[in-house]
Amino acid sequence: MSDPDRLSLHVPEPAVRPGGEPDFSNVKIPKAGSVPRPEIDVAPEAIRDLAYSIIRVLNRDGEAVGPWAGLLSDDELLAGLRHMMMLRAFDARMVMTQRQGKTSFYMQHLGEEAVSCAFRKALNKGDMNFPTYRQAGLLIADEYPMVEMMNQIFSNESDPLRGRQLPIMYSSKEHGFFTISGNLATQYVQAVGWAMASAIKNDTKIAAAWIGDGSTAESDFHSALVFASTYKAPVILNIVNNQWAISTFQGIARGGSGTFAARGLGFGIPALRVDGNDYLAVYAVAKWAAERARRNLGPTLIEYVTYRVGAHSTSDDPSAYRPKTESEAWPLGDPVLRLKKHLILRGAWSEERHTQAEAEIVDAVIQAQKQAEGHGTLHAGGKPSVRDIFEGVYAEMPPHIRRQRQKAGY
Amino acid sequence: MARMTMIEAVRSAMDVSMGRDDNVVVFGEDVGYFGGVFRCTQGLQAKYGKTRCFDAPISESGIVGTAIGMAAYGLKPCVEIQFADYMYPAYDQITQEAARIRYRSNGDFTCPIVLRMPTGGGIFGGQTHSQSPEALFTHVCGLKVVVPSNPYDAKGLLIASIEDPDPVMFLEPKRLYNGPFDGHHDRPVIPWSKHDLGEVPEGHYTIPIGKAEVRRKGSAVTVVAYGTMVHVALAAAEETGIDAEVIDLRSLLPLDLDAIVQSIEKTGRCVVVHEATLTSGFGGEIASLVQEHCFYHLEAPVVRVAGWDTPYPHAQEWDYFPGPARVGRALVEVMEA
Repeated sequence: MSDPDRLSLHVPEPAVRPGGEPDFSNVKIPKAGSVPRPEIDVAPEAIRDLAYSIIRVLNRDGEAVGPWAGLLSDDELLAGLRHMMMLRAFDARMVMTQRQGKTSFYMQHLGEEAVSCAFRKALNKGDMNFPTYRQAGLLIADEYPMVEMMNQIFSNESDPLRGRQLPIMYSSKEHGFFTISGNLATQYVQAVGWAMASAIKNDTKIAAAWIGDGSTAESDFHSALVFASTYKAPVILNIVNNQWAISTFQGIARGGSGTFAARGLGFGIPALRVDGNDYLAVYAVAKWAAERARRNLGPTLIEYVTYRVGAHSTSDDPSAYRPKTESEAWPLGDPVLRLKKHLILRGAWSEERHTQAEAEIVDAVIQAQKQAEGHGTLHAGGKPSVRDIFEGVYAEMPPHIRRQRQKAGY
Repeated sequence: MARMTMIEAVRSAMDVSMGRDDNVVVFGEDVGYFGGVFRCTQGLQAKYGKTRCFDAPISESGIVGTAIGMAAYGLKPCVEIQFADYMYPAYDQITQEAARIRYRSNGDFTCPIVLRMPTGGGIFGGQTHSQSPEALFTHVCGLKVVVPSNPYDAKGLLIASIEDPDPVMFLEPKRLYNGPFDGHHDRPVIPWSKHDLGEVPEGHYTIPIGKAEVRRKGSAVTVVAYGTMVHVALAAAEETGIDAEVIDLRSLLPLDLDAIVQSIEKTGRCVVVHEATLTSGFGGEIASLVQEHCFYHLEAPVVRVAGWDTPYPHAQEWDYFPGPARVGRALVEVMEA
């Protein structure tokens, strides 16, 4: 103990830094199937322990076990596997195009594919996501065309956002995907507002808010919880805890609360923690939360425990702040390999079919890329017009912007 | 003397300040172990310990609010806002708190904080990594606003800002971090090591806040600029052959009005250049002051060159950025008026 008369500042530190041996012994992993599945109208105070546990369905052997299992058919699981593999292949190609200078920037999902891919299947057409920059699985799993995503990434003549937005900051109302912002956490409280509107209009649609572990520190996160709690908004409040906010480990944003899910408890919001690398668990918990929202029972907070295997973005080099082998030591495994193993065990899949599917998916991504590149890339070929800079600031262009557009020669 | 990039110069300023005064603390997003996404604080945690330089949660209002509290205690926080575009959640703390602590307490409490923030475009950062919000600070009474254009000034001004008794918004043009960028984005980057103002003393020195510097002497027209636009204006003067006098404001608030007036009394013409959007930009303030103080010396209307009144686009970055061609056209326009 230190001198009781003298204060000292506590600054949390991650367990290991570069050069050290990766150590996740502090991540307590309950056995798959061990966490109970409460009724959806359960009182939040009765399930406080779910905010400190981890709901898991797939065990080490690839079996689906426990009360959260049994919700998805073979075909649905095969589709889920395909979506995750597509997202992974898509990411790999796009990281390469960034290195080739065809786009300025990219952010990949490696290791986190299950979260957005499985979640999308728990929503209905018409529901609205308010995503961050690492939920492209919401689009892929909703069959949004890859070529459209690439047109946006390449800022080419077919870019649906006319070159205005950073790569990967998609927008698609049709696919329930609110326009991504480059700043953080703003969307979280907006999702609550969208859900409140649906309730005001006695609609049946629900909203989903997305945020990363680091951004939960922003005031908008806390505002979202207050509003969701007060108005019992039909919203699912998702926190993707991938352990790292650029170089900052999750302990800096989490502080002394133990888990991010526990943030919901003080607001009386049911809060669950789930294995984010387990497609079946993600789907089951998302479905539970969606049911609650649809039955007018109010918000649910979900923390997805996962790991950002890749860099934060193409501008980042994680070897500067965490051990290079840390991702291999991550105890919740690889979401693609875990679902693959489960499907093989179910007799619905095989190594041969997997290898074949991988090749087909890579081929489909390359075909989409060829098509998109035909419309140009950031520095070559077709591009959005300079005119597009000035359009869309307002519904009707005010005279001063018109004058500036003319001055620019357009 | 050493050769420094602007990144090394601001790092050196913090290092010198932390070494001289253990009340100086540095914190912000990713600034601790990693040393910041632009590496401006690299090595400071290792040298001064994790209670003098540390990572903050991603909460700009939290960062600025705690900095204000630390300053009330007696520390001198120099905090990093990762991009100027991220300062908006802290705007209440900046404008209604930091700016007014001295006034509302009649000096009982003060707020000697520095908010460092990378500003401006030129790195394909899109609308949330390219903004120049200086006018949102100059419009607030109680803040000082500094924008250096080179490593030598950056270090001297940052030390002066840290030692200043009032809150200072320290905007670092990120496109200048590694070299004197003049707007010719298609040409190779010239490093600061090849530029006179990349020569920076290793130790302590200050540059007074509120003193402009003439970067190019000329007699035909006065160009008032700051940050990246100083280099763009210099390029425009060379390329048009117009004998422009280029003033680098360095500090927008307080403003070196005398330097502007003296120059315009000589040239009779004025072009104001900034990267921020035109409408209600700081150029409007300069133009007003010029007509108030130099009206009878003016031979042509004051012309402003600025970012268009739109969000900063991603792909059309170089059509948005007011580069040397646009500044050059303004020089011609004001000479032909």
